[in-house]
Amino acid sequence: MTAHADIPAVRPRARISSRYLPYILSLPALLVCIGILVPFVTAIYYSLQRYRMSQPWNRGMNWGENYLNFLSDSSFWHTLQVSLVYAFLTVGIELLLGLGIALLLQKRSKVNNFVSIMLLMPLMTAPALAALMFKLMTNSNFGILSYFMQVLGFPDFRWGASPSTALFTVVLVDVWVYTPFIMILLLAGLRSLPTQPFEAAALDGVPRLEQFWRITLPMLTPYVLTAALFRLLDSIQQFDIIYAMTQGGPGNTLMVFQVEAYLNFFQSTNVGRSTALLLILWAITYILSNIFVKHWLRLRERARGEA
Amino acid sequence: MHDKERDLISAFMRGQMSRRSLIKRLGLMGATAASAGTLYNLMSTNALAADFDWKKHSGKGVKLLLNKHPYTDAMIANLDNFKQLTGMDVTYDVFPEDVYFDKVTAALSSGSSEYDAFMTGAYMTWTYGPAGWIVDHNEWINDPSKTNPNYNWSDMLDGVRKSCAWNGVPGGALGSDDAKQWCIPWGYEQNNLTFNAGMLEKAGVGVPSNLDELIEAAAKVQAANDGIYGIGVRGSRSWATIHPGFLSAYANFGEMDLSNDGGKLSAAMNTAGSKAFHAKWVKMIQDSGAADWSTHTWYQVGTDLGAGKSAMIFDADILGYFMNGGDNAMAGKLAYAPFAANPEAQAPTPNIWIWSLAMSKFSKDLDATWYFMQWASGPEHGLFGATQMDFVNPVRKSVWESMDFRDRLNKSYPGYVEMHDVSAPGASIKFTAQPLFFDLTTEWAAMLQRMVAKEIPVDEGLDQLADSMDSQLSEAGLR
Repeated sequence: MTAHADIPAVRPRARISSRYLPYILSLPALLVCIGILVPFVTAIYYSLQRYRMSQPWNRGMNWGENYLNFLSDSSFWHTLQVSLVYAFLTVGIELLLGLGIALLLQKRSKVNNFVSIMLLMPLMTAPALAALMFKLMTNSNFGILSYFMQVLGFPDFRWGASPSTALFTVVLVDVWVYTPFIMILLLAGLRSLPTQPFEAAALDGVPRLEQFWRITLPMLTPYVLTAALFRLLDSIQQFDIIYAMTQGGPGNTLMVFQVEAYLNFFQSTNVGRSTALLLILWAITYILSNIFVKHWLRLRERARGEA
Repeated sequence: MHDKERDLISAFMRGQMSRRSLIKRLGLMGATAASAGTLYNLMSTNALAADFDWKKHSGKGVKLLLNKHPYTDAMIANLDNFKQLTGMDVTYDVFPEDVYFDKVTAALSSGSSEYDAFMTGAYMTWTYGPAGWIVDHNEWINDPSKTNPNYNWSDMLDGVRKSCAWNGVPGGALGSDDAKQWCIPWGYEQNNLTFNAGMLEKAGVGVPSNLDELIEAAAKVQAANDGIYGIGVRGSRSWATIHPGFLSAYANFGEMDLSNDGGKLSAAMNTAGSKAFHAKWVKMIQDSGAADWSTHTWYQVGTDLGAGKSAMIFDADILGYFMNGGDNAMAGKLAYAPFAANPEAQAPTPNIWIWSLAMSKFSKDLDATWYFMQWASGPEHGLFGATQMDFVNPVRKSVWESMDFRDRLNKSYPGYVEMHDVSAPGASIKFTAQPLFFDLTTEWAAMLQRMVAKEIPVDEGLDQLADSMDSQLSEAGLR
């Protein structure tokens, strides 16, 4: 075939490609959207139904009754409270610890680099496995943590088995697993801060603590917000650590959204209530993430001098 | 196979020789125990094939969803015989118990035809049956063209067989004439006492025979032995905390979970009798239970006994059976006793857990699947499992009557056979069959945890629990 004959064959293909290219390029995103939206819309549909799989004859639309029932259901408000307390408590402690460790490791050295890598180890442990590990360590017969508590004079400290210490126990596991995540983000932030403001402050004799409050923390805030946002969204949806350690107990002490929804679906086969709970959790997550993102954008604008 | 060995086994199959004599004479011929077992199974297979067209579904396949369990191990060990007998293929997925029932629910609720049959508990069929996920097995059991003449359905222990049958009416009696056979019993557990004889002896206490004695004995044995606790019972926030020792003792006092007034159900655990029982149970755990009782599943209850960390358990008898063997520290040191919590009761009334087999309604070939079901729940496999594997407790009377089986138990598990024989007549499911079983029973366990933790007094807790249950029953149209 000659080169002359090739030209007309190529041109139409190019025209078709350019016309459909945007659609072809957006196809993966569209498929992902469909993959997300179909279960989401299905969940909304189920949440508006009286739908318990063990009573198929009772199934029917109840148009939001599942949601209205929550208003008068004390266990729902307890779930909301426990979920929020757990989320803010874990994120708060992890931020403080993560920031403290990041500040200690800020200076680049072989030791600090090695320690920061070692501190990442818990993050590589599956949370459910970490929970089981802590369950063994807090076992009243042979657990090493129980032994330490005995040595410290608390022989009756019952960890996840007592309503008064269960929250502390699961928060401890969460902090152990996720503090390195915050630490590594903040460490990256600290190491990327410009050095000039700190050099100028040092020349002016500004005390280290003052430098931290006036310079480090404000400049680090976008990183703190990003880390807090990620952790908060994850923490409010906590399931594996709590379920593996106490199944939401003792009593209803640790009955957070995900555990409650899981039990409603898989144990009670109450699809309507389970999906309604998860959609409320989605709404809370959505609101929290919006608040955080708005703050983050405002800070970014301020940093650029646009606000 | 040598002719002489074949003749010996044939004589055994005709009932002309005891199993012990068979094995002894095979041994004299140089056959090992393992090869004798294999020969016996082969002959059993031949005997089975004599009266029924086992090859009808030859070439077909069955896929099973199974829980990791000694019953599963026993079935897999004998599976080649089924394949040889029928010419069918069997594949299976085995999951650990932590995730097993989630997998079953997911498979059935999605209408998946991947699995033809699966392991289940009778309680689960109160969800699966009304949901239309499983079949009424009576259709196959009562059809002589589909069930082999030696299947002998009436050989199943009555309480066990009936506990797997329900008419689907909330509150309907189990095993009633109009009941559907939602599952086929495979192996079962009674709840009785397993104890560490040495620890009791050291404390100078006898084997307790009712709840008051148990509470007293648990406290004494705990005081007399360093680093142990007196009594192991389940405590996790799960329905599984209620069904073993707790409900067995509760039912022995004549107490009920729900009352049934003309088909309308109401919570019945806030009666005076129930409150008195709960108060004793709670005190027993507070005084002599595990420090971390509220996290204890069957696993912790069993392993603590096996490790010598607890003196007694009031739980599944087979848990005590397994803890008395293997590499457990207390292997060979455990003993068993029937237990009637109420001093005025004539006999124990253990609530039971039944590992069963059920056919999925979404199976592509139910008739072929039934061939596997009747083989796996048949007397031959039952005897094989009970005498050569750990397929206890068997659900068939004929297996319990087997001297080989009884001798095996008596040799290594002192008191086990007597315990079973005394308890079996009263053994059945004591819960009211209804579709909110898991909701209400889990809530019961959560309330028990609060009482033990002294978060709420027993009386107030039970009143609250009854109110909540009544409200849920009303909402579901059951009250």
